[in-house]
Amino acid sequence: MTYEFTTEDLKEIEKIKSRYPEVKPATLPVLWIAQKRFGHVDPDVQKLVAATLELPEAHVHGVASFYTQYYKEKKGKYVLDVCTCLSCQLCGGYDMLHYLEEKLEIKAGETSDDGLFTLNQVECLGACGYAPMLQITNDKYVNNLTHEKIDKLVDSLKKGEEPGYEKMEMPLRKNN
Amino acid sequence: MSTVDWKNYEPVLIPDIKDLHKIDVYEKNGGYQALKSILTDKKKWADPKSVINEVKEANIRGRGGAGFNAGLKWSFMPPADGGARYLACNGDESEPGTFKDRKIFEYNPHVFIEGALIAAYAMEITTIYVYIRGEYLTYIKMMEKAIEDAYAKGYIGKKIFGSSFSVDFYVHSGAGAYICGEETSMLESLEGKRGYPRVKPPFPAQKGLWGRPTTINNIETLAHVTSVINRGAQWFKNIGAPTHPGPILYGISGHVNKPGVYELPSGVPVLDLINDVAGGIRNGKKLKAVIPGGSSTPVLRADQLDGITMDADSLRTVGSMLGTAGMVVMDEDTDMVDMLWRIAHFYHHESCGQCTPCREGTGWLEKVLLKIKNGEGEIRDLDLLLDVTTQMEGRTICALADAAAWPVRFTINRFRDEFEARCKKSVHALA
Repeated sequence: MTYEFTTEDLKEIEKIKSRYPEVKPATLPVLWIAQKRFGHVDPDVQKLVAATLELPEAHVHGVASFYTQYYKEKKGKYVLDVCTCLSCQLCGGYDMLHYLEEKLEIKAGETSDDGLFTLNQVECLGACGYAPMLQITNDKYVNNLTHEKIDKLVDSLKKGEEPGYEKMEMPLRKNN
Repeated sequence: MSTVDWKNYEPVLIPDIKDLHKIDVYEKNGGYQALKSILTDKKKWADPKSVINEVKEANIRGRGGAGFNAGLKWSFMPPADGGARYLACNGDESEPGTFKDRKIFEYNPHVFIEGALIAAYAMEITTIYVYIRGEYLTYIKMMEKAIEDAYAKGYIGKKIFGSSFSVDFYVHSGAGAYICGEETSMLESLEGKRGYPRVKPPFPAQKGLWGRPTTINNIETLAHVTSVINRGAQWFKNIGAPTHPGPILYGISGHVNKPGVYELPSGVPVLDLINDVAGGIRNGKKLKAVIPGGSSTPVLRADQLDGITMDADSLRTVGSMLGTAGMVVMDEDTDMVDMLWRIAHFYHHESCGQCTPCREGTGWLEKVLLKIKNGEGEIRDLDLLLDVTTQMEGRTICALADAAAWPVRFTINRFRDEFEARCKKSVHALA
């Protein structure tokens, strides 16, 4: 399949290039733009990025394959990244992962048949105080997970409603 | 030993002020006055060196984990030669247990921006990049907005406060790689490459981004710079532990009632942090173990914690480190074998694969621990693990191998009974 950037994308790419003394540093941000536009950065998208930046395809592929957040293949509409690292493990991250596996009838790493959900087990997402938690498609965090919260989340995602930003209030040290 | 008076400490980095992330509110609360002072008050701040000296005097020990005096690090920059010089701010924050810098991005981004601008002036830097891990998309957007606002108000850009100082400030998003929190790996990632750490020397101050002088500081470290310029090095030094002074953002997670990020002086007793600040162990359980500062810092048993405070020197006496001050608390039900296997899995996943001892070592640590976790290990496997750790440490380009080795060595040493109990019984009866 061939992909093309829109005029707005190309404008954005020019803006990004102006932030650095050479072109190469634009690789990561332009891969982000591509992923936002096409939903993934498979080898064809990587070729487009390389051609746009006039960089070797091998370089772009090298970068895309190093970083876990770039999807090297098509994923489900919603990618659920469940953290199971240290603090989340201690607070039940695996329980949440297994609950989702049963609920969505897929194993971690798989995509559901309807193409709606991809389930992943991921490393620390930096929300240790709000464990267990998950991230939806590289964007919003859903914190302090429970089975009920997962039920609600999956239901609303099925309806196409994505949750908003969950602000974590700072705990007050003094109880006043 | 006098204890640190943490109960009366008023937070300065993340104070309880509504909407402080908005530039107007930040200005009303004295924002950008430190920057104005160093750029316009020539009596107080004769030249950039005077700023470096003040920060050096304050002894802000790097809050990213290494604990190196930030001002001293700044003084390693070579004299300006008219070419580009860079400040790379490290907001990668990927060490399990660490979630503090995001509070600055969210609640008080301008205190960090102002600190970074002060650092840029002090080191005659021309461009600032703030590297934020890709997962923090929400905070990346918040930082972009904050930087845009500061540009609009003239705090960033050309001839700031009418002085000759000009600087640019950009956000660079990561894309999911723990290793990019290592300073030279972060530079590679900023240059648009795979995040392979560089061999040092040359150090970044000599050859950093695009071969030009570069300084790398943690987000919280730079935020403290603003307070030091506003309140003076003496104020900073009078807070907390004398050899590791100043406020610290403690991130407390795990089995406590009130997990979260708390700004308190350094040197707070570990048990006070758990029992008073974080509301004690949840469900009325007993404390079993604590990882004081991110997953790579050696775990401590509950019986080691009496009188131990959160600063580098005190933690060293019991064989651990302050790291990022991201404390992970474990209750009596915690399975230490499972816990350690998960840490080993993390480091195996995140090893960049450049150095053999790390690429292979982290894999073996995980595999052998999985075997023990599944009840198929033998006692001698414990010694094999300890042996592997000694072959990893200090034999690689960056510290990831050490970070992977320490938890294995110290968790086994400090909870050996538990590990032996999971191993198969010896088939040879002792005579």
